[in-house]
Parts: sequence; structure tokens; C-alpha cells
Amino acid sequence: MAAHLSYGRVNLNILREAARKDLREFLDKCAGSKAIVWDEYLTGPFGLIAQYSLLKEHEVEKMFTLKSGGLPAADVKNIIFFVRPRLELMDIIAENVFSEDKMHSPRDFHILFVPRRSMLCEQRLKEQGVLASFINIDEYILDLIPYDGDLLSMEYESAFRECYLENDQTSLYHTAKGLMTLQALYGTIPQIYGKGDCARHVANMMLRMKREFAGSQNQILPVFDTLLLLDRNVDLLTPLATQLTYEGLIDEIYGITNGYVKLPPEKFAQKKQGEASKDLPTESKKMQLNSAEELYAEIRDKNFNAVGSALSKKAKIISAAFEERHNAKTVGEIKQFVSQLPHMQAARSSLANHTSIAELVKDITTSEAFFDNLTVEQEFMTGVETDKVNTYIEDCIAQKDPLIKILRLVCMQSVCNNGLKQKVFDYYKREILQTYGYEHILTLNNLEKASLLKPQTGSRNNYPTIRKTLKLWMEDANEQNPNDISYVYSGYAPLSVRLTQVLARPGWRSIEEVLKMLPGPHFEERQQLPAGLHKKRQQGENRTTLVFFLGGVSYAEIAALRFLSQMEDSGMEYIIATTKLLNGTTWIKSLMDRPESQIP
Amino acid sequence: MMKSKADEEDYWNSSKFKAFTFDDEDDEFSRLKESKRAVNSIRCLVEEDDDEEEVEKVSWSGEPVGSISWSVSETAASNQKTDREPAFPKINTDTVTISKSHSGYSLSSLFKGKTKGGNFQSFTDSLSDSSVRLYAPELRKPKSEYKDYVSDWSPEETVQRMQQGKVVSLEKFRSLQDKLLLLDYAVTAHDGNVITAVLIYLKRTLSKEVLFRELESRQTALRHLIHYLTETRDQRLLLELFRALGRMEDVALLQYKEHLSIADENKRRDFLKGCLSLPFSREDSSHVQDHYTLLERQVIIETTDRQAERGGKVEVFQKFPRKASILNMPLITTLYYCCFYHYNESEGTFSGPLNIRQTFKISEKQYFVTALAARAKLKSWSDVDALFTSRNWLGFTRKKSPLSFQRVVDILQKNSAPTQVLQDYVALVDDAELRISLAQKYKCHDIVINTYRDLKDRQQLIGYRGKVERGSTEEKKIEELLNNTQIRWKN
Repeated sequence: MAAHLSYGRVNLNILREAARKDLREFLDKCAGSKAIVWDEYLTGPFGLIAQYSLLKEHEVEKMFTLKSGGLPAADVKNIIFFVRPRLELMDIIAENVFSEDKMHSPRDFHILFVPRRSMLCEQRLKEQGVLASFINIDEYILDLIPYDGDLLSMEYESAFRECYLENDQTSLYHTAKGLMTLQALYGTIPQIYGKGDCARHVANMMLRMKREFAGSQNQILPVFDTLLLLDRNVDLLTPLATQLTYEGLIDEIYGITNGYVKLPPEKFAQKKQGEASKDLPTESKKMQLNSAEELYAEIRDKNFNAVGSALSKKAKIISAAFEERHNAKTVGEIKQFVSQLPHMQAARSSLANHTSIAELVKDITTSEAFFDNLTVEQEFMTGVETDKVNTYIEDCIAQKDPLIKILRLVCMQSVCNNGLKQKVFDYYKREILQTYGYEHILTLNNLEKASLLKPQTGSRNNYPTIRKTLKLWMEDANEQNPNDISYVYSGYAPLSVRLTQVLARPGWRSIEEVLKMLPGPHFEERQQLPAGLHKKRQQGENRTTLVFFLGGVSYAEIAALRFLSQMEDSGMEYIIATTKLLNGTTWIKSLMDRPESQIP
Repeated sequence: MMKSKADEEDYWNSSKFKAFTFDDEDDEFSRLKESKRAVNSIRCLVEEDDDEEEVEKVSWSGEPVGSISWSVSETAASNQKTDREPAFPKINTDTVTISKSHSGYSLSSLFKGKTKGGNFQSFTDSLSDSSVRLYAPELRKPKSEYKDYVSDWSPEETVQRMQQGKVVSLEKFRSLQDKLLLLDYAVTAHDGNVITAVLIYLKRTLSKEVLFRELESRQTALRHLIHYLTETRDQRLLLELFRALGRMEDVALLQYKEHLSIADENKRRDFLKGCLSLPFSREDSSHVQDHYTLLERQVIIETTDRQAERGGKVEVFQKFPRKASILNMPLITTLYYCCFYHYNESEGTFSGPLNIRQTFKISEKQYFVTALAARAKLKSWSDVDALFTSRNWLGFTRKKSPLSFQRVVDILQKNSAPTQVLQDYVALVDDAELRISLAQKYKCHDIVINTYRDLKDRQQLIGYRGKVERGSTEEKKIEELLNNTQIRWKN
């Protein structure tokens, strides 16, 4: 079911299995038949851990989504609420429980908080007078969810906003806890590096927690050699840029949530032969995207300009394989061919799907609007005229393009100029408020607090120095056969990944100056290993680094890290962990005030 | 950005910038087609086997059959059919403490904490310790029994017990000093849950002044309190807190934000008026002033126009009924509306476009684009023309625009302007090549022909002859030009 999690350097299936075991245990604790009432947000992340079949084995007979009003009828002994610790959800639960009591129901109630219990929520249940109705109140620690063979995500959407806007460090506590779990399963990580305030904070908590558990020594041979903690606000630029890898573009255009993407159905309609084309389905097509799919694993991290040729190569191979049937003469040969058929069919349908998706993406990337937008982004990233009002942005506002698009560009200009000149800043602000509504003062203030959009203060613009020292712009990025990470943005090398690369070789000491220009402290910590657990490294054996992005990571950055892992001479394999997978649009959205009612 | 075309070419070709292009489109994306073809040809071969595919089963919406979100909708849908059986007597499950022995490990058991002895339990131990994991029986105990728990826990132990989810009483921390000690221990534990719980207790038992004062030197705890107040929507206390901390801008923004939840436009306007005196930053306060002025006008315009529309006497409302109310629309939308319905009003009226332009200091470009779009939508070409016309000091008229004429053509075309109108503006595009491509796109033959003539490009002109209608005036014109011996063609 989740074999792709164990393909990688680190077997993440262990983590998934541990999580599943925990779930089973909780379910068994509520003896008898049960119905689960889901906080809808959780179904996505849970889908990465377990299928319905697992729940069914443990007598889960019905599942509902959490809604106010009465609970639907279901002849079960237990009702279990699976919820995030949110106050508004507690009110709904209370409503559910109240309506139930009136009917003199024999059902038992339980709550499972994900990822952690909250006194605040329990307090609210108490205020509502329903706390005593619960037989069981427990928590299901789902901090780090295995997302793919080399990828862990907390799926904690509001982490960046909480950390950098509201200064609330709850997500960092969960991060530290998650890392402790990881160490319990995969051994103590001997070296910790970090850059940024949040990174420092997480490292401190980890070290403290370790001291508290000093009684028990972890006897597992360490799988990870190094942990690198990176604050998202050390690199505000990268997520703002349009990702140009296949997976990145799918995310930019259609949005990938919990490993699934919803696509317009037209291109996927299956036409059977001889059948008049039926009505096109109107419901969007939902597809799972992960490395379990061979073809997808092959093309997801390529620059989109290299995807076409990869697909056609694959098509030729598959065609040739199907042609083999003409050569199959003997019964044995035919049998052999037939036995391969299921695999070939899977490959065929996978190819069909990705050809369709690539066509959809291509329609966008070949449009004039996409080209113009990208041109401006690249001008900003190379430092061209970032101190003036940009005509393209001005035109986009005049045409009332989506606000988030405008904000992405303006923020990018601001970041690439270390803040906008006061006059430019005021001008953009006025134009945006006049065109999209004055209430966006709140959003603009949020962006300012997060340092994404700000007026220049006395200090000089150090972005050019950072760009040059870290080689953030490569003039000859090779999209087809990349030799540098800059291929993921067709020229721009993500700052975060450059920091990671330099850390591995030649080390951060070589870039002290630049590190000082970036926000927050940088540091190194060592964790003692019990004697006998020191790794005896084989000649030529790669080291493994866990890179943790606090506040989110983009698919293009992941692609760049995978590229580094695959480079023959890098000597380093990367596993990636994050609070949330994001792109510029979802990121900006998470910083807006009441975005749902305000996006035009 | 005002580079000449040639500059721009250099700019791109210098390869300093890598544009994301599909230059080699032919071999790149024809391949996509190729793979599509291949896929299609394979499809018919294996069609009959479709049902036996060993691929994961997927419902149309794409959820693999059996995934959680799929099952939620499935079981919910089938639920209505189930008849409820008669109720059973309630089974007592208070003693659910089954703790099976398990091999392997589970996550939640890993950090459940220490036993009293202070040893961290390895996960195998903790599995048998059901008391750690089952909080509920404790929670359900009547209040009188709590006394048993009020033993002499130190602040540190109390925090630890709270982290483990055990019941504790905070009441015994009476003095300010004890309370603050408790808070400080909670903060060092970094568990937001515990910090919040302690804060709730402090909030209940301390005066605001003391609490706020003490929190000023405890930033982490302060942030948790702010978060707590925001979550519980305790607006009043939050404002007081910000004031006490001197965070006046936060006070202003928080209060301003409240307008979003006021539906009635008159109340909202009055609320915004009240916001004017809030301590915003200088720029923000002028924006909030504008916000108030705008809504004030929208209320007036809306009332008047609704009446005018109902009265049925004003032509423009009959011909183009309003689609929505103008209330709470952004400024530029309001300007568009006024350019549409109130274009010729004098500067003295609230709804006159010029008045709006002045009051809100709308940039020339924005005003121009908006007015152009609105008048073009009404097909009021004379108004469009007038927008561009300026007289110089000699009294000659000429067409001027703060926008490139290419954009102008674009806007006009989007509002389906006829060719006669379009060509006037296409002709004003400076760059010859751009002019030709626009003219060809919108079939402004005269401009194409004249431009080729001016460029002395005989070959192109001959080529274009094939594209115009046979025997049309355009064809005749081209013939005449080609036969004109006076022109020195360059090719």
C-alpha cells in the first residue's frame, strides 16, 4: 500500500507503521462497533496513514463529517470525534452531544485530538457542559506524516503565520516533539545545524527534552548524520517565484493537497470505441501523485521543458513492449507476455494521464500572461530596476488581475530590493487599496510584519551581495540535463537549498558574511551518542541529512534537494521535512486577513 | 522598462536572462502529441482488459476506493437507509482499561513522561501503564474528590503533571510570587497547552493591571495570552492589553477589523467614522479616511440610483439595469460605475467621475483605463475620442494617452469596438511592426497597406494582396501602389 515509503535511503514506512499501530490501539480501546465523526480537514492527512480498510477491521462502521446540529443515526456503540484542537469545533461537538442526549441514546462518546490535546478545548467543552459525556479523551500524535519516500510533512498550514506574524510558537513545540519521535525511531541525530530564530528555538527545545529523558539512552544506530533546521524567513524569496518543475507547476496551477490534485476532467474522458462520446463528466478528476507511480517519480522533478521528451521516450518504450505480442509465438512466450500485461497497462494509463496533465500545463506556460509574469520575476531576481514602480505590476492592477498574483510580485520586488523605496511602497499600497478595497490594509500590514513587503529602512540593499556570493542566478541553467539546482527555476537557484549545499561542502564558514546578512542566528550543536553507536562508515558511503523547513517548503526546493542527492559526487542524501508544503499563492493566502471573503 | 525594441532584443539575446520559452517547440511538444498518439493506439489494444487491471481501484472523483475521504461520503450516503434498532440499556464502559500487550512501539507512548521516580519509561514499559493514557476517569470525578489531588506539588511538579494530562489544582498557588513562579515553569516547559492553562488561571485570579504589568517582562507568556484572547474573541480585553503595552497601531487595526462583521451599510459607515480617530500610522489613517468617505458616498449614490432605476425615467438604467449594488465595492469599481451611469455630471456632485478622481487622488492612468473601459462598454465612441483629444497652444488637436496605444486597442477590442473605431487607435501605435501585427489581427487593411508603403516593402505588400478580398477597394489600392513607379521599393 505504501511501499514507496520504503524505497528511499531511510525507511519511512517504520514511521507510518508506528502511527498506524497507535491508531489501532486507540480504536481497540473503544470496544464495540463505532462511528467516526471527522473534522474534514483531517481526512487528507489521515489518508496518508491509513485506508478505510484499517478502520473497518477495527469495527468502524460509519464515518461522518463534523457538522452542527444532530448526529446522523447509526446503530453503533461508540461515537468517536477525530478533531483538531480548535475552539469552534468544540462548539459543534457540544451541539452534537446535546442533541444526542435528548434521544436517550445508548451511544458512548470519545474524542481523539490530533495532533495534541488542548486544555483550552477541554475547558470549552466543560463550559458547554458536555465534558463529562466523554468516556475517553485522548490525543493522536501525528506530528510528522510520511508523505513520500524522502518527504515528511506536518501538514500544519498556519505554522508560518503563527511563527512570524503572531509570534506563537506552538508549531515549534510540535516540531521539536516530532523530531524527538523521529529520533526515537531512527536514532539520535549527532549533529544539528540551524539558521534563524525558530531554528534556534527548536534546537533548544530538542536539547532540553533530551536532557529530560536522560534516564533512557536511545540504543538505535543513528540513520541520520545531520539535522539542518532552516527558518522560512531566512529565504522569503524562493516560494514567491513561480516553480518551473513539472510537479511545481501542477501545484502552482491546480494545487496539490495531501498528495492529491484535482484536474479539469475534459482531457481525461475515456472514450470507448464505437460508443458515441458520452456527456463529459463535470466533476473534476482527482489523482494521487507520489513516487509509487514509476513514471511520475521519473518526471516530477524535471524542468517542465524537459518533460515532453521524457514522455515521448516513455511512449516509445511502451509501444515497443506492446508490439512484442507479434513476436510471441509459442505458448510459453504468450504466457510470458500476458503475465507482463498488468504492469504494461498500468504504465500505459500512467503515461496517458501525464500526457494529459502536461498538455494542460503547457496551455498555461505557453500563454503570454505566463511569459510576461515570468519575465518580471526574473528581472527582480537578477536585480533589474527593483527600485522603481514596475509597469507590468501597474498594468496588472489596472486589469484587476487576482490580488494574490499582485501581492506575490510586489513582495518579490520588495524582498529583492531589501524593502521598497518609500515612494514606491506608498504608490503600490494606494493602487492596491483603491482597486481591491481598503479593507486590505489589514493584509498589507500582515505582509509588512512578516517582512515580505516593507519600506526600505536606512540599511543598504544587500540582496545583490547575497545573490553573487551564493550564486543565486546562473546564466546558463541547463533545463534538459541539469548540472546545477538552478534548473528548477530556469536560472534562479533557491537560496535555502544553496545554504544546504554549501553546508555540506565547503561548510558555512566560507559564507559567514552572507549568513550575517540573513535574519536570525546560525549555530551548530552536537548530541552525544552512547558508546558503540558511532557509525563506522564504509568507504564511499553517503551521509544522510534531514533538512527541516520551518514555515514551509515548495516542490521546486524539494526537487533541487533530490537533485543534490542524486549528484554522483555530492556524497550526501537528503530527507526533507517541513511544517507544510506550499507555493507562493497558498503562502500569501495564509497571511491574508479573512482571505475567503476577499479574494476577487 | 521603456526600452526600444532593439534594446529589448539585445537584452534577451545577451542570455543574461533566461526566458522560459518553448523555442524548440516543434521537437519538444510535438513529442507530447506523439506520446498521446502512442497512448491512444495502445488503448484499443487493451480495452477489453480494463476491468481486470491490477491498478488500484479509483472512483471517478479519483479517490482510491477505500480511502478515508471516499469512505466518509460513502458511509454517510448509505446511512439514511439504516433503521435504528431499539435502544439498548447503557453499557457501563467506565472501566475500559484494556491494555493489550503489544510488541513494537507506538508513538503516543513515547513521550508520555516520567513516573514519579523520575525515570523515563521506555515505550515497552509505558504500554502497561494505562493510567497515564486514560485521562477520562479522572476528569469525570466529582469535584470533592479533587482534594485528594491537591497534595503538595511544587510548581515544577505541577507543570509536569499538567504536561502528562493529569488533573491538578492550581488554586493552591495563591500569592503573586507563587503564581508567577508557576507561569515561569510553564514557559520553560514550552508546552503551549500548559502555558495557556496557567494563564487562564492567572487571568481569573489577578487584576488586569498586575497581569499586564507582569507579562511585559514575559514575552512568551504574553504572546500566548494574546493568542488565547484572539481565539476566544475576547476583543475588549485584547484591546486593553494592547493599550497597556502601548501597541497603539495594533489597537487601531484590531478595532478597524471589526467593520468587516457589520452588515448594515449605515452602521458600518458610522463605525468607520468612529475609526478615524484611532491611532493609525500616518499613511493608514489617510486610507481609512478614504474608506469612510467612499462608503459614505456609496450609501448616497445607492439610494439615489435605486430610486432612479425604480422610477424608470432615466434611460441609462433602463437600457443597462444595474447588476449589483455599489455598496462596499472597491474605489476603482465605484469609479467605473460612475463613469458608466454618471459620466457627464458636473464636478460638484458626489457621483461625478471627476469629483471622485479628485477626492481620492486617483492616478491619471487608473482614471483613464477605467473611464475608457466604461465608455467603450456603452459604445459611446465620441466620449472615447474626447478622452484622448488635447489641444496644444496653437489650437491643433492631437491624440494623447497615458497608456500605450496598444493597451488602448486591447481595451477597446475587449469591449467589442468596431473596426472603424479600432483602426483610429491602431494607427497611433508607434512601433511599425507592432502596428502591422495589431492591424492584421483586427483587419484594419488600410493601416497594413499604408505601413508597408511607408516601409517601402514591396514583397510584403504583394503577400498581403492575397489576404484581402478579391475585387475589394483594398485590393485596388494595393494594385495602385504596386504600379506606382514613383515609389522606390526596397525589395
